[in-house]
Amino acid sequence: MSPGFLLSAIIFAPTLFALIIGLATNSKNTEAIRFLALGGTVVTFFLTLVLYSQFDSANGAMQMTVVKEWIPNWNIQYKLGVDGISLPLVLLTSFVSMLSMLAAWSITKQVKGFMILFLLLESGMMGVFLSLDFFLFYVFWEVMLLPMYFLIGIWGGPRKEYAAIKFFLYTLFGSILMLIAMLMVYFNSGRSFDLEFLARVGQGLETAKGFAFSPGMQMTAFVLLFIGFAIKLPSFPFHTWLPDAHVEAPTPISMILAGVLLKMGGYGIIRIAFPLCPYGTQWAAWALVALGVFSIIYGAFAALAQTDFKRMVAYSSVSHMGYVLLGLAVWKITEGTTETVGGDYWLMGMNGAMFQMMAHGVSSAGMFFMVGVIYDRVHHRDLNKFGGLMGKMPLYSGIAAGLFFAGLGLPGLCGFIGEVFTVISAWNFSKVMAIISAAGVILTAGYILWALQRVYLGPEYKGPHGEDITPMNNRELLIGGTLLASAIILGIYPRILFDIMAGSTEVLRDAMVAGYDRVASVADAAQASLSK
Amino acid sequence: MNFSQLVDQLITNTTEHSLWCFAPELAISVTIVMLLIIRLVSLDRFVPNYMFALLGTFAAFGLSLSQGYQFATADESLAGTFFTGLMVYDQFTIFFRVFLLLFLILTITLTVLTGIPDNEDGPDFYTLLLGATLGMMMMSGANHLLMLFLAIEMASVPSYVMVGFLKGRKDSSEAALKYVVYGAGTAGVMLYGISLLSGLLGTAELPEIASRIAILVQGDASAAAVGIFDGTVRAIVMAIMLVMVGLAFKLSLVPFHFWCPDAFEGASAEVGGFLSVASKAGAFALLLRFVLAFSGDLSAPSPLSEVYMYLGLGLGAVGAVTATYGNLTAYAQSNIKRMLAYSTIAHAGYMIMAVSALVVILNAPDDTIDKVAAGGRAIEGLLYYLAVYMFMNLGAFAVVALIRNQTFSEDIKDYNGIASQAPWLCICMLICMFSLIGMPPFGGFFAKLMIFASVYLAGLKVHWFMYVVLVFGGMNTVFSLFYYLRVLKAMFIGERPAEARPVKVGFHPSIYVMTLAAFVLLLGVFPAWTQGLSSRASDVANEVLTPQAQIVQPIGDTVAQDVR
Repeated sequence: MSPGFLLSAIIFAPTLFALIIGLATNSKNTEAIRFLALGGTVVTFFLTLVLYSQFDSANGAMQMTVVKEWIPNWNIQYKLGVDGISLPLVLLTSFVSMLSMLAAWSITKQVKGFMILFLLLESGMMGVFLSLDFFLFYVFWEVMLLPMYFLIGIWGGPRKEYAAIKFFLYTLFGSILMLIAMLMVYFNSGRSFDLEFLARVGQGLETAKGFAFSPGMQMTAFVLLFIGFAIKLPSFPFHTWLPDAHVEAPTPISMILAGVLLKMGGYGIIRIAFPLCPYGTQWAAWALVALGVFSIIYGAFAALAQTDFKRMVAYSSVSHMGYVLLGLAVWKITEGTTETVGGDYWLMGMNGAMFQMMAHGVSSAGMFFMVGVIYDRVHHRDLNKFGGLMGKMPLYSGIAAGLFFAGLGLPGLCGFIGEVFTVISAWNFSKVMAIISAAGVILTAGYILWALQRVYLGPEYKGPHGEDITPMNNRELLIGGTLLASAIILGIYPRILFDIMAGSTEVLRDAMVAGYDRVASVADAAQASLSK
Repeated sequence: MNFSQLVDQLITNTTEHSLWCFAPELAISVTIVMLLIIRLVSLDRFVPNYMFALLGTFAAFGLSLSQGYQFATADESLAGTFFTGLMVYDQFTIFFRVFLLLFLILTITLTVLTGIPDNEDGPDFYTLLLGATLGMMMMSGANHLLMLFLAIEMASVPSYVMVGFLKGRKDSSEAALKYVVYGAGTAGVMLYGISLLSGLLGTAELPEIASRIAILVQGDASAAAVGIFDGTVRAIVMAIMLVMVGLAFKLSLVPFHFWCPDAFEGASAEVGGFLSVASKAGAFALLLRFVLAFSGDLSAPSPLSEVYMYLGLGLGAVGAVTATYGNLTAYAQSNIKRMLAYSTIAHAGYMIMAVSALVVILNAPDDTIDKVAAGGRAIEGLLYYLAVYMFMNLGAFAVVALIRNQTFSEDIKDYNGIASQAPWLCICMLICMFSLIGMPPFGGFFAKLMIFASVYLAGLKVHWFMYVVLVFGGMNTVFSLFYYLRVLKAMFIGERPAEARPVKVGFHPSIYVMTLAAFVLLLGVFPAWTQGLSSRASDVANEVLTPQAQIVQPIGDTVAQDVR
């Protein structure tokens, strides 16, 4: 398969299956629809594995780039490509999508519509991770909103309409800011949407052609882009849509939300906001670190206070994604110069943040699934009414404990690596911040252990619907087992991810450091000549 | 030159030049007469009326296309004036003719599918519909202030009647009355503006306006301090603004929008769809002509360019207020036609932002900006927006009309759960509404991006206030989400009450709305179409902005000048 075809196939295979389901199946025949939809996600997963096998991890640059004209009048391209930053997320997307599709067997209402929307959503997510044209990226980014709104709004819980519109509204607000930033970079780069070219302009490499993003513009653009992505991440104070959306969404959609959608925020920051605005990034580094650390602590405290099981897991996502922001932002320069201090720590932070995204994708999808399994049986999520599940569902409780420990960051499981990398790299940036973020781990342990105690331990289950508690079926076992296995594999052998990522993050770090130097020195020179 | 020579010249010019330029309009006029005659001879008992209307419209459409083809293949520009300089014949005119006639075809098809009007009323209705379209086509070709007024009235009068066409319905008559009274008032104001302008300048020809203003202002004693405090300048600006009031009424810009929701609520959805698109398109065509006329030749900046720039910023502010008002008010509506009326107001607000950007760019104080290229982008954005708007808004009104035929209701609350009974119809509504919000991958997004891009450019290069307009535009996209989603939420998430009338939409109506939705989608993603339409629009824009477009002066113009 040629790279161009492969990348397009990964994006549009789910759409194709959605079309087949929409046009060729009878909505009464739900089993056929389910298997067809599952087939779509499996095919996509297989295609991403092919992509993985063709990927050259020694090469840190963009690979398998494919460029086609889309709207030449406006210099809009259909440009796709993959590198060490996007590949892990592509793999995560297809993997989590496949597992959540398995989990979607619990959906019984309007199955056909659900499956079509689900597959369209997967296409949108793949498109976001693979596109290298800002316009195309934006299109895919927005394309996801539509299916997501209906997936939450139709199949969600009691307050589904409120949650769905809140999610939609927040993201659209961020998108509009992104749109303005998009126009800014477009008109300051001689009308280009090409992310690679825009990155070169942002890093001061195209001044010969007369294109440059001035420091002032970089700061504005960075703030606009960052808010757009921070809403998705979600970082404090833009996180309030998340608990509502998570709690109301059906289980498979919660898995997608936590497992993939939140990663888009992190991905957008590292793929667009950083390379396009190195000066803006450095200017905002302190604020980002502070926001990240605050999100960690805030999310953990909020999780401690919840009585709804799913809400607690949702707030844990806020806390965990704080590590991502922290790891990405720990770029320290010497006061008064443009010299980067301890660039390797920053590189480590970025790697840690990327790893944390992957680890959170596995563990939080797992946690939401585990909540969903018990919710399907007892139809409530009140932490205080659980207890004693260990006795009735030992296998389920074991897998759940494993996944929750992965979220907690127990050494040997995936969560540990990401947390420890980001916290260590933060030490170089600011010792205070590192200590506070490390303290977050204790809070995390607190709310997770407390939840485990309230749900799984204890003498016996006294809550409602106790008689409906049955052991996990094979399908549920398959999903839970696969997630737990990946959490363990990532925990004990993190190199499978680091090997893919390291090249590209290093390229990015070097480009950012050099780019900042260039932009800042030009700005300083201008300032100096002005003051003369 | 004696009188008989003059008449001879006029006749040659009319028969050899003008009639061909005016051919599509003539075809429509012939159709109107035909429609009236066939009822006299009772031919409509055998052949339904709409066949004649469609036939005539298709003929006019074909003629326009062939004119467009002529332009595309000609070696030199065919642009020029006709009817002794009263009207102008260029790609811009043809673009709007093709646009309006295509829209007319779609509207007639819709009326056939929904059965409003019945065959008895057919000739009346189609006469009005075609008559209004004729007026709008003339709006796009107006080259003279008199023509401007005539065309607007020609489009308005049939519209008033169409709004009140549902005889015997009280709110329909009320709507028509409000529309007439308001329309007559603004027409008077506009006429006053026209008389002021032509009185001051001694001409009513649009291409002459800019140069006459320059002469007038510079010939003034106080030429050293040309500014808004100069009496002549004040009178000119006043006149321009009064003319714009008339156009703002047609565009339903705040504060001249009051007729719009009432008229739309009282009129049938078909008429609402027609008015919301066609009369907007005509008015925008005219506004562009007018704006370009007073901004004048790009090679010789007008002495009033600073004043004009502030006028452009004012238009931007009007756009921001209009969009905000429309979107916020739409949220409170329970009747879907009323809601769509406010949505129409909001969209006029977005579109006027493009005109605002154009005026600001054309009258930028210095040469930091390539005015032809940047102004061309603004016009291109507006034309693209109108083209997409035609499909998405008509699509929404068509769905409303089709559902009304089944449930006899136009309340949003009666839309609950319709998706379970007519899924395709609801999916088309979804596509149209998401495009109206401006979400990719639908055409509405790309169109909006084009307008925002030109607004941003105006802010970047000319005046910071355009950034404010841009932010308002962006925020409005978020505001508009609420009420469009409210309809979709009712359709898809709501439960259909057991006692509600079932909705069963036939095959042909489904195909019709699906076609419209397909256009909306394809204009957002399909490369050949997005590229094709945007290059077509930018050709049109470049032609109207490049000065040599107006130099081809056929024989007739000498007549006009001699008479003067």
